[in-house]
Amino acid sequence: MGKRGIETLVGLFVLLGMLGLLFLALKAANLASFSGGDSYTLLAKFDNIGGLKVRAPVRSAGVTVGRVASITLDAKTYQGVVRLEVDRTVVFPKDSSARILTAGLLGDQYIGLEPGADEKNLGAGDTITQTQSAVVLESLISQFLFNKAADAGSAAPPSPPPPAAPKK
Amino acid sequence: MNPLQALGARTLQVLRSLGHAALFFVELLQAIPASLRRFGLVVVQIHAIGNLSLIIILASGLAVGFVLALQLYYALVTYGAAESLGLIVNLSLVRELGPVVTGLLFAGRAGTSLTAEIGLMKAGEQLAAMELMAIDPKSRVLAPRFLAGIVSMPILAILFSAIGILGAYVVAVLLIGVDAGNFWSIMQSKVDVWRDVANGIVKSFVFGVICTFVALYQGHETEATPEGVAYATTRTVVISSLAVLGMDFVLTALMFSTP
Repeated sequence: MGKRGIETLVGLFVLLGMLGLLFLALKAANLASFSGGDSYTLLAKFDNIGGLKVRAPVRSAGVTVGRVASITLDAKTYQGVVRLEVDRTVVFPKDSSARILTAGLLGDQYIGLEPGADEKNLGAGDTITQTQSAVVLESLISQFLFNKAADAGSAAPPSPPPPAAPKK
Repeated sequence: MNPLQALGARTLQVLRSLGHAALFFVELLQAIPASLRRFGLVVVQIHAIGNLSLIIILASGLAVGFVLALQLYYALVTYGAAESLGLIVNLSLVRELGPVVTGLLFAGRAGTSLTAEIGLMKAGEQLAAMELMAIDPKSRVLAPRFLAGIVSMPILAILFSAIGILGAYVVAVLLIGVDAGNFWSIMQSKVDVWRDVANGIVKSFVFGVICTFVALYQGHETEATPEGVAYATTRTVVISSLAVLGMDFVLTALMFSTP
């Protein structure tokens, strides 16, 4: 095999490697689905972000329209500041609300955007004012138990008198 | 020789050989610019190391993809999560199995041939003859092979992962009947190009450096006898494999410590 043949084979080998990389990046990973190229930034402050992670999806009516870019703590209000990168083709009214929701019972958390009815739209860098924090399962359970206990406590006092009543 | 002296002598010997290997590595790096000027030599070596390893890498990747898909399906179908199969196959291949298994195969397929070749060159005094003719064997013989190993290894690892995922697709979607749309979309939603794919390539690059360097060093330092070359070839496989496995743990701990 001559020098040219070897060079052609090596060229093929490298080309095959590039095709493999392209396959891994575009078909088997998320490079194609949403890149930060044409997007704008929105901010949302939550009292509790729960298990929200960076790169979690932002959905409106279940359709993914963006990603969480970063999560930081506001040192003054002690709220979690979530920066959202939203697809430029989608705009939301100024009074839209953001909620942290969970996919399924134990699934990953994502941000759900509910459009409002305002005439004006949110622009780049605006803050979503109406937010609802993540539901933390522990606090939900403790609230439930507390309510149960309170119910049992309020139900308990009336019960002793009836046995006492016939004694008289 | 008392035990204390034996311990000291052993420690010094280990340190001496480590230092020797480190110096050899630095000399190899210094010889790279000279070998870049004669790129034809590197191309020939990429053919010998990369192209000729292609068949065993592709066959192994395909087999790993098949088997992973089949076994994961049996486990996952119990929980009604058979569609996540593609995601698990993809992550395990791209992050771990691709670079590691390719590294092990690379040490066995390409590393041994490098060691034997360099070792026999040394045993036949060809390297010494080159030096006599004022040709630096490091830039003429060793550096092109080193470069070729570093270039070939990431390409082979990428192809291993890609063909493994295609193999999993064949078993899961075409044979078992998992939904094709879910297979790809769950994969795309959870696999990150930079965190997963790029880190896997960084790993394979590191393993390429390790395997090629160990092979060249063992070949260059071999005793100039048939037994010497045989020992050197064995040591290449053992040391490369252990280094790849150990380094993989360190890299995984550095790259994926945060979920």
